[in-house]
Amino acid sequence: MTVAAAEITNMPRRSGLWHFVRRNPTLVGGSIVLILVALAALAAPLIAGDPIAAKPANRLRPPSHLNWLGTDQLGRDVWARTVYGARISLVVGLAVATIAMAIGLLVGLLAGFSRTVESVVMRLMDGLMAIPAILLAIAFVSLSKASVSIVVAAIALPEIPRVVRLVRSVVLSVREQPFVEAAVASGTRLPKILSRHILPATVPPLIVQATYVAASAILIEAALSFLGAGTPPEIPTWGNMIASSRVYLGLAPWTIFGPGLALALIVLAVNLVGDGLRDRLDPRIARRM
Amino acid sequence: MTHAEILKVSDLKKYFPVRRGLLQRAVAEVKAVDGVSFTLAAGETLCLVGESGCGKSTVGRLILRLIDATSGSIAFKGENITTLSREAMRSRRQGLQIVFQDPYASLNPRLTAGTIVGEPLENFDRLGRGERAGRVKALLARVGLGAEALHKYPFEFSGGQRQRLGIARALALSPSLIVADEPVSALDVSVQAQVLNLMMDLQQELGLAYLFISHDLGVVEHMADRVAVMYLGRIVEIAHKEELFARPRHPYTRALMSAAPLPDPSAKRERIVLEGDVPSPMSPPRGCHFHTRCPFAVARCREEYPELRSDGPMHRFACHLDV
Amino acid sequence: MTAPLLDVQDLRTHFFNEDGVTRAVDGLSFAVAAQETVGIVGESGCGKTVTALSILQLLPPRLGRIVGGRILFEGTDLTKLSEGQLRAVRGNRIGMIFQEPMTSLNPVLSIGHQIAEAVRIHKGASASAARARARDMLELVKIPDAKRRLDDYPHQFSGGMRQRVMIAMALACDPKMLIADEPTTALDVTIQAQVLKLMLELKAKTGAAIVLITHDLGVVAETCQRVVVMYAGRKVEEAPVAQLFARPAHPYTRGLLASIARGKAGARARRLKEIPGMVPSLREPIRGCAFAPRCRFAVDACRQEQPRLTPVAGTPVHQAACLRVAEVLAS
Repeated sequence: MTVAAAEITNMPRRSGLWHFVRRNPTLVGGSIVLILVALAALAAPLIAGDPIAAKPANRLRPPSHLNWLGTDQLGRDVWARTVYGARISLVVGLAVATIAMAIGLLVGLLAGFSRTVESVVMRLMDGLMAIPAILLAIAFVSLSKASVSIVVAAIALPEIPRVVRLVRSVVLSVREQPFVEAAVASGTRLPKILSRHILPATVPPLIVQATYVAASAILIEAALSFLGAGTPPEIPTWGNMIASSRVYLGLAPWTIFGPGLALALIVLAVNLVGDGLRDRLDPRIARRM
Repeated sequence: MTHAEILKVSDLKKYFPVRRGLLQRAVAEVKAVDGVSFTLAAGETLCLVGESGCGKSTVGRLILRLIDATSGSIAFKGENITTLSREAMRSRRQGLQIVFQDPYASLNPRLTAGTIVGEPLENFDRLGRGERAGRVKALLARVGLGAEALHKYPFEFSGGQRQRLGIARALALSPSLIVADEPVSALDVSVQAQVLNLMMDLQQELGLAYLFISHDLGVVEHMADRVAVMYLGRIVEIAHKEELFARPRHPYTRALMSAAPLPDPSAKRERIVLEGDVPSPMSPPRGCHFHTRCPFAVARCREEYPELRSDGPMHRFACHLDV
Repeated sequence: MTAPLLDVQDLRTHFFNEDGVTRAVDGLSFAVAAQETVGIVGESGCGKTVTALSILQLLPPRLGRIVGGRILFEGTDLTKLSEGQLRAVRGNRIGMIFQEPMTSLNPVLSIGHQIAEAVRIHKGASASAARARARDMLELVKIPDAKRRLDDYPHQFSGGMRQRVMIAMALACDPKMLIADEPTTALDVTIQAQVLKLMLELKAKTGAAIVLITHDLGVVAETCQRVVVMYAGRKVEEAPVAQLFARPAHPYTRGLLASIARGKAGARARRLKEIPGMVPSLREPIRGCAFAPRCRFAVDACRQEQPRLTPVAGTPVHQAACLRVAEVLAS
């Protein structure tokens, strides 16, 4: 046996953190970025300045040691506003994901199990999906007073059908598995079958879907604020920052770069986490690797 | 019905509707089980043998009320269980259990072996957790698995071991009848031997009756007391094992026996190789279902369905001819 | 003595993944002569399918690799060929049939197209000539109404018919050798009998050699001339078929034959003879004989060194990798 072959056959098993990082670069990379952004958002009062105080004398200053990302047209510190804007984005992303998952899970379980519920609910979901999410959200917001909770509800609503479909398809496939038949044959009642056998199977795809929903929610929130149909304009969000700074793009590009890059970064990070989780949790891919 | 008769199935039928169109109207029926009758005595093994599409697995599920019959009756220990409500049936399930074919899909991959085997106990007995663990350990030992299996997950076991777990789960409620749906078909030959021996030992020890479903004549010959051969939803021949293998009367039975390859190059036996494919259960041929592939078919076979007739006590077959 | 058509010498195929190395085939040697039918038999995990994939270099690219040995086909070492050269061999000089016809046939192309494709590529035939050949092949495998069925899609055929289509495809370019990996395992027993009968007829007609891989000793008994028994990636016994069944010399072969419910031993016994224990993991290098932990004839020497193939009963055609052949035969 050649030396090369001997080395190959005696390959040591590697374990530990470094190995985990090497095997799951997308998951680790995305998570690190997300964690940093979250920490920054939490520590905003400490690391950022005042996002609201307007000093018109300082308007449209380029980045300097005083203002890391410069100032906007009202003299407000762009860095501070970007960091505070992260709070809104993260809260909206998290809240929308949680609500959409919770409602979608419940409805999806029922739809997967009861034919009557299914026929009514699925048509409703199809109808909901046919309307573009942003339009639906705008309509919703315009019907009520602007606030973060309304925005969250408005964005969550069009996300629910996707989750319902996902949960329903998982329920339908798991229902046919012999181990569910075995549970029935053992005398297990329906509630326990749902909680012990069906529900756990929905969790992995649900977690992955949650990340994509969060990413989408962050973008939609930004779009809503950009259009002026989102959170109240006093609260700094990346969307309304971009909206108000549009006209100054040529003059003072840093006013857009702050929120723009931050938005791109966080959406990318969330998507990477989603991809990494999916690769990890999907049993077919995970086993082949 | 004799006192030892534990299961009596009469003219059992299961038709699956084929639905088409927006309103999902039933346009045709798949006659998966089309009038099956047999009895099973306590401690006996009856093998249902046939190829894919013959309905044997469906019969197994009908008996356990995992699906509901279209018509006919199932009597377990003298009681008609065909139309019992779900809740009423639940209490009968303690006597009637099932072992599945697929050792991978029949165990929930997210639960430990202890939880899986203990689930039937959870459902019926008011035992504390400790006592239940003790019972599960005893069950595991009975199927040849150690106590360390309690906390392991299915993926940590081999195919044969998983099948043993399935058997342990079926034994948990001390049933009198176990429907074994191709329990060894997915296992390697040497592992099949282990599991079959286990099943035979358990039968001796516990007086279990088996409804053993299989497509493998070798396994059937080994395990059965009586054998029923099925084709397209009906029983075409039923007899004691020795009788069936010595004097098969139905042409399909004979073709089945001749088709199964024997691990003996010097064996001389009749070779009947059937032409054509198995007809679809959606449109079974008129007359005798087997006539399209039968080497002996005559005109009468195309017109008239042969009723079961006797050849000595306990041996019945459905053929017009005496081949 | 003419050179064999296929000569596998000390083949070693390993799989690499994050958990380590799996030695799927660990030093396998066997030969197939022209027009011969050789069966490779063993249970799951013994390496028989990996052997077939190794011969045709169809191993999953990053996971499996041939790490040693040679595979000589008509004198050329297949392990040394480039992908382009291998493509000229696959389907052309070596045909292959897989276990699951539904996944080996492209569901969106008509089967006529798929059969003709091989002919067009390898023989450079025109479209009409290839189509004619495809029709001839369908008739050869006894598909009724061949001309019309050329334009049908795989889902319009039953399982047994699809397997015949696979055989037609494999034979379309008149290969010298056919590798059939569990060709009838997924079929009903009566359909299996049809397909096996067909394969033997075709072999007689076309003169192709067949390497038949299966776990079913019955199939081997009925179709093969010689048999190679594999266990844990190694060859443990090789013999002409009659001798293997009449006087199995390796304890594993004996155990296997005794545990078959329909074998001569099984039919009379009340309890089937079990082989205790389990197949060893292929992740660790195996010291000594792979079967020793489960073997009732094993002695210390068996655990030290891998037993070489020794001739049984004085004939080189029957070999067993066992130190205790004499005792096994005597029992």
